[in-house]
Amino acid sequence: MLKRLLASREVILLGAIGVLLALIATRFPGFVTPANLAGVFNDTSPLILLAVGQMIVILTKCIDLSVAANLALTGMVVSMINVAAPGLPIVVILLVAVGLGTALGMINGLLVWKLAIPPIVVTLGTMTIFRGMIFLLSDGKWVNSHEMSDAFKAFPRAQVLGLPMLSWIAIAAVILFTLVMTRTTLGRAFYAVGGNPHAATYTGLNVGKTQFWAFAISGALAGLTGYLWVSRYAVSYVDIAGGFELDVVAACVIGGISIAGGIGTVGGALLGALFLGVIKNALPVVNISPFWQLAISGSAIIIAVAFNARANREKGRIILKSAEHTA
Amino acid sequence: MIRRNFTKLLAGVSLATSFMGTTAMADDTMRIALVVKALGIGFFEAAAKGAEEAAAELGNVEVIYTGPTDTTAEGQIEVINSLIAQGVDAIAVSSNDTDALVPTLKKAMQRGITVISWDSGVAPEGRQVHLNPSSNPLIGNMIIKLAADHLPDGGEVALLSATTTSTNQNVWIEEMNKVMGNYPGIEVVATVYGDDLADKSYREAQGLMQSYPDLDAIIAPTSVGIVAAAQAVADAGKIGEVNVTGLGLPSEMAGAIESGASKSFAIWNPIDLGYSATMIAYQLASENAVAEPGATIEIGRMGSITLDDTNAAAMADPFVYDSSNIDQFKSIF
Repeated sequence: MLKRLLASREVILLGAIGVLLALIATRFPGFVTPANLAGVFNDTSPLILLAVGQMIVILTKCIDLSVAANLALTGMVVSMINVAAPGLPIVVILLVAVGLGTALGMINGLLVWKLAIPPIVVTLGTMTIFRGMIFLLSDGKWVNSHEMSDAFKAFPRAQVLGLPMLSWIAIAAVILFTLVMTRTTLGRAFYAVGGNPHAATYTGLNVGKTQFWAFAISGALAGLTGYLWVSRYAVSYVDIAGGFELDVVAACVIGGISIAGGIGTVGGALLGALFLGVIKNALPVVNISPFWQLAISGSAIIIAVAFNARANREKGRIILKSAEHTA
Repeated sequence: MIRRNFTKLLAGVSLATSFMGTTAMADDTMRIALVVKALGIGFFEAAAKGAEEAAAELGNVEVIYTGPTDTTAEGQIEVINSLIAQGVDAIAVSSNDTDALVPTLKKAMQRGITVISWDSGVAPEGRQVHLNPSSNPLIGNMIIKLAADHLPDGGEVALLSATTTSTNQNVWIEEMNKVMGNYPGIEVVATVYGDDLADKSYREAQGLMQSYPDLDAIIAPTSVGIVAAAQAVADAGKIGEVNVTGLGLPSEMAGAIESGASKSFAIWNPIDLGYSATMIAYQLASENAVAEPGATIEIGRMGSITLDDTNAAAMADPFVYDSSNIDQFKSIF
């Protein structure tokens, strides 16, 4: 039991994060203080939220490259709503963000399900379309901090039991989706559809429909993150979170989610996101030339993936022992 | 990034009708056309205000503020052709394309019309004078001056730039380093790069405050970086300890000025720009000045400019925005 636990990917990744933190602490001891680690977790929360959604999509043999654009579009819409109606309660803003994000995710899902277009093509297309829509909506203008209402900006920063709301939302999402993935039929269907689509079809699962729901969930989380993002950075414009979809996919891959589908856990996505988050937050303080920083984060991703690939390799099963010996 | 923002701003064009001169003109009135990238943009509306101010000061000048309804060179060519047909005395243009306007503007000059470009220039053969809002040395000096002005006893400052390869930012930082000797006691402790991404700039600003607990100012010569740094300082509760300054747009920085995270920042002033462009056009058209390298042209309250080898000149230091004037400008651009 203990051996199996030690060999599990999550434990190895947790160990890697520990080693990373220890290394950083030798150069900048202040990094490992509880307050700073809480700050790192808070900063990584948007990545965690998106990585959980992306994990579900990847489980079903799909990929969602439109998450960052979905985030930016939802963020722009809610901030424009806030400018137009500053008195609107935050609950409504949250509902709009989740609702719009889900709708955008469903567009991806429908195209994949009904038209059977490869997901990478669909989401590349919608990624550009969403960014274009932001431009049309905003006329290319920014929504700035002084135009947003105080309540709009305060929500993710509100402290509850010592942690900001942004962190709590990430924690809640991790718990919720751990339950969904392990305890519900839909959650198990995601694994089944990605692990072996043919077998899933024979057991009566609709592969396309399951993928549709995966995109809807990913969209909902992206929409929610959209509001949190514009509110946290107190600015909204066309390019926010540009290129962030790649970080999200990287977090999933580091977290041991198989790009081929069917393998992965919410815990893995969480740890993958945290691994990247620690690197992103540590690089500015460990006094490494900015010219090296990109190379370092890139290497970390490749090392993690190479490690995962090795760990993933299954030994071939020998079914004819005698034949092997004679050969 | 600042340039990119303007371009984005330019794309947002409201409908506007062109109003071409049907007014009867007295012979002694000089008509100067201010041709902008597109109508309906706050930045250029402000420049037009400056042009009107210059016209009022000069007395016998009528300003025709015009431009296409979208930011295309074709649109500007049409507008300029119509101005040539009307026989205006001078054209001052902020162009949408360096080269495309040249043939049309040459035609205008052949008809004896004074042609200058301002803000966004045209190639030297297409104009007599080009007016830049500022110059690299002036900007380099301004960004460190903004920080130093609030640090009479010296202190530690850090730079938050765009990407490591941004030409503009690198040139400004280089120019800044040349004049560091004029600001004794000010020490630049680090230069970091936020890649013009809000989240990375925010994180880099946080990193600066952690690595340098005695940091007094963050200088961000980029519009994304300065906004993100101001937010990071506000979130870290360091308003008053760390002053964020650099180059930004009033509409984007109004919140940071209000919260106190930024005491002041700079960018060119569109009103001064329109004023100066009109003054130059007037001086050339009335033959009070000639357009040749080394020539000096008086531009009213803005002082004077000296033309360089390509007949281009820099107007002035970037204009400083702080709590006293931010409300006036935040709705303009």
